[in-house]
Amino acid sequence: MDHAEILHRCFRCGYCKLPGNHVDLNCPAYLESRFETFSPGGRMWLLRAWRDGELEASERFQRILFSCATCANCTEQCVFPKFKDRLLDVFAAGKAALVEAGRVPPAVRDYLTAVFDHGNPFKLPPKRRTLWAEGLDLPRFDGQAYLLWIGDVGAGDPRGRQMARQVARVLQRAGIQMGILGPDETSDGNEAAALGEGELFSHLARQNIARFRERGVRRIITLSPHGFNALSRLYPAHGGDFAVFHYTQILARHMDRLAPPTGGPPLAVTFHDPCYLARHNGEVQAPRRILARLPGVTLQEMDRSGKNALCCGGGGGNYFTHLLGEGPDSAARVRVREATATGTAVMLTCCPTCLAMLESAAVSQNLDGRLRVCDLAELVMERLDGCS
Amino acid sequence: MKDHGAMQRIVRELAAIVGDRHVSDAAEERYLYGRDMGTMPPAPPDMVVLPGTTAEVQAVVRLANRERVPLVPMGAGLVLSGLTRALAGGIVVDLKRMNRVVAVNDVSRYAVVEAGTSQGMLQAYLKKHHPTLKHSLPDAPPMATIGGNVLIHGSGHMSCAYGFHSDMLNGLEVVLPTGEVARIGSCAVSDYWFARAPLPDLAGLFLGWAGTTGIVTRLAIKLFPRYPFNDVAIFVADDPAVIPDVLGRLTAVQVAEDMTAWMTPKPAWAAGHQHVNICWGGHSREELICKRDLLRAAVRDYIQARTAGFMPLPPPLKKRFTRLPDSQLTTFADVRKGGGFEYVGAIMPVDLFAAAYRLGVRVAEARGVAYSLGARIIGANHCMMFFFAYAFNRADDADVARAQGALEETNREVIALGGIPWKAEAPAQQAILARMDPSTRELMARLRRAVDPNGIMNPGNWETER
Ligand SMILES: Cc1cc2nc3c(=O)[nH]c(=O)nc-3n(C[C@H](O)[C@H](O)[C@H](O)COP(=O)(O)OP(=O)(O)OC[C@H]3O[C@@H](n4cnc5c(N)ncnc54)[C@H](O)[C@@H]3O)c2cc1C
Ligand code: SF4
Ligand code: SF4
Repeated sequence: MDHAEILHRCFRCGYCKLPGNHVDLNCPAYLESRFETFSPGGRMWLLRAWRDGELEASERFQRILFSCATCANCTEQCVFPKFKDRLLDVFAAGKAALVEAGRVPPAVRDYLTAVFDHGNPFKLPPKRRTLWAEGLDLPRFDGQAYLLWIGDVGAGDPRGRQMARQVARVLQRAGIQMGILGPDETSDGNEAAALGEGELFSHLARQNIARFRERGVRRIITLSPHGFNALSRLYPAHGGDFAVFHYTQILARHMDRLAPPTGGPPLAVTFHDPCYLARHNGEVQAPRRILARLPGVTLQEMDRSGKNALCCGGGGGNYFTHLLGEGPDSAARVRVREATATGTAVMLTCCPTCLAMLESAAVSQNLDGRLRVCDLAELVMERLDGCS
Repeated sequence: MKDHGAMQRIVRELAAIVGDRHVSDAAEERYLYGRDMGTMPPAPPDMVVLPGTTAEVQAVVRLANRERVPLVPMGAGLVLSGLTRALAGGIVVDLKRMNRVVAVNDVSRYAVVEAGTSQGMLQAYLKKHHPTLKHSLPDAPPMATIGGNVLIHGSGHMSCAYGFHSDMLNGLEVVLPTGEVARIGSCAVSDYWFARAPLPDLAGLFLGWAGTTGIVTRLAIKLFPRYPFNDVAIFVADDPAVIPDVLGRLTAVQVAEDMTAWMTPKPAWAAGHQHVNICWGGHSREELICKRDLLRAAVRDYIQARTAGFMPLPPPLKKRFTRLPDSQLTTFADVRKGGGFEYVGAIMPVDLFAAAYRLGVRVAEARGVAYSLGARIIGANHCMMFFFAYAFNRADDADVARAQGALEETNREVIALGGIPWKAEAPAQQAILARMDPSTRELMARLRRAVDPNGIMNPGNWETER
């Protein structure tokens, strides 16, 4: 197993279970389970025991490893410099070793097989991959300034599709020249990499990079922070050298191009930072800059925000594999309760995975009707249309 | 030792109490809960249970009593000396699901919390909801529980002003080993959890007993004013023999909330020096300066004689030394890139400072162990918690054994000097008992038999009758 030489260095002190301000548990897997084994330190010690032959790769062991949501709270909070930066690599290596040994939970196997066979986990045939864009007058990419990259959840999840439409519309409204790959888009591989399936990831990365090159793509806007992470941070190792932006970064720059909203009914909102935007990629300002440009809208931060945000529990493939469960202690349900505690009725985010996870949690928590979960782009469009 | 079928039945009964999700007899939990971060050998439980309420704890205890299965109460398991290992198997009761702040009384300045509430979460809760109040934080990682820390006589950032954390305990709710729920302190009589006085003080039945006398489910601890202005100074001397006098002078002024000495061979600029960190606060800058001047005046003789003095502290360093909790001791585990350390925390009279310092250096250097020494002053020089921290490489058995040897020798020598190891490992408990007044030891045994007739509570610890 790669990185095995640092497993013993985890002291199991548990800083990594909490956010920087210590308000509550912030590792979604530990939060849901409450067994030490599901904490970042627990994983490190169990991996070491497995490597040393003291434990088998049982079903529970597999569940423990694959329920990590790759939210990066642990890498943010661990107090051991340098070592901390490798925690997610260790977990990915552990998962890779399990993949290699053929010891993965059925849901993970199904996910990986679907991506391998169909190019996406929803098993969407290429034609249905563009359902989200119907009627939008979005051209295929043909040398425009930007490629708009939708990703699996934007193309396959019903709520993700609604979000994708509004993001495309708001970017169009801001005059962004862009095209899409449409039916030629396949998974970007972010979750495959997180699940330790390095070969599948490399295959997807190489294939996508080749497509971008063929079409002359230089700059890419992603709908999802997960895609943003894959394209901007993981693809360079495979030769990808594109300028990659999350849509909020482009929108934040071009808010002044939108018909200036003159005002609107006062609205208090809270904002959920997606892990792959805030912690993995350090972007916490762009969404807030957009909000600041919407007259009448005030932001009430949750106790955990920015790099301290609690994950929605959907990362690391958990949106697809459901290994983290949907009970009252699931991260998404804890998170929507935290949102309502701010006293606002609108919870915003800017990631299709977070959107789908949190909206479904609001329903399970009987908050539908009291808490509306929506994407930032949806709010921007509403305020523009409502005011123009 | 029960047979497999009986154990399976107990697991099912536990699941009926706490829910399927909150009990496990899987190999993974047995492995992890059987060991802590220190040097004690593993001792796995048969199962782990995570109760969420006092009623659930009570049902778990009744079941364990009926079945004569050992129970090991556990908070964060950060004590380092192996006290939450299941020395006779049985059930580890991980209490961290019980982490609610039940009530805060702003006027009488106390908080009632469930025992599994973490230090970090209480600190954050108070900052948000009661910003003028704080509790005394240990330097343990923030997941350490209030219950685990108070019950072992922990100490922290207000201990120079107010003593051990057990001195800050107003009362508690405990599930006795036979399953009854008892309330100790004013809460036994009143709805308020304001003090242990004036009742016969039964809290002592649960303090320092390493979970052998019951499972505490709630505690009330004292809160203190949070100063808006805070400062730190570091007094440095070369001769350890002068430190008791220095500490005596500094504590006589009675302005410090925390006073902690530290001595470390690395970094090089710190080697060979005795540093005393003094932390104090004030409601205004003037108050802060006034207190600083009092502290300076207290040790003026040393400064004038040029035998000791205050270290210049630029603002970033000050910030680092006033950060709470301080993660510095945690990072000591990584000095050898080895992921481990354990310390003997010896409760000693301050008179023994120099002897303790020499002991630590001698033991560590003779055995080639990386070390860090220090002492937190408890009260106005009333005693100190002198710590001898030894790092080890978890991946190297010989290195772990070296550190273990150093800890054992230190425990022995501390007792010989007249100190008492705190939160002592099971073997060190025996060393303390061997030295203990026989009548006291017999009283402990009698009390234990009375409260825990079936001997199910954390067996292997404080075994007076061995
Ligand atoms: C880096 C580091 C720094 C530290 N610094 C300090 C410090 O500054 N001050 C300090 O005081 N300590 C310190 N410690 C020691 C220790 O971590 C703390 O005292 C910690 O608060 C212990 O709490 P816990 O929840 O981890 O207890 P645990 O380790 O879980 O338990 C400790 C003991 O109490 C028993 N117990 C726990 N909860 C209950 C309960 N509810 N009912 C009955 N019995 C119970 C257990 O059986 C065990 O015997 C430090 C430790 C580390 C690793
Ligand atoms: S990963 Fe880091 S913070 Fe977490 S337990 Fe290990 S050493 Fe501590
Ligand atoms: S990445 Fe997130 S879910 Fe995974 S171990 Fe770290 S904190 Fe827990």
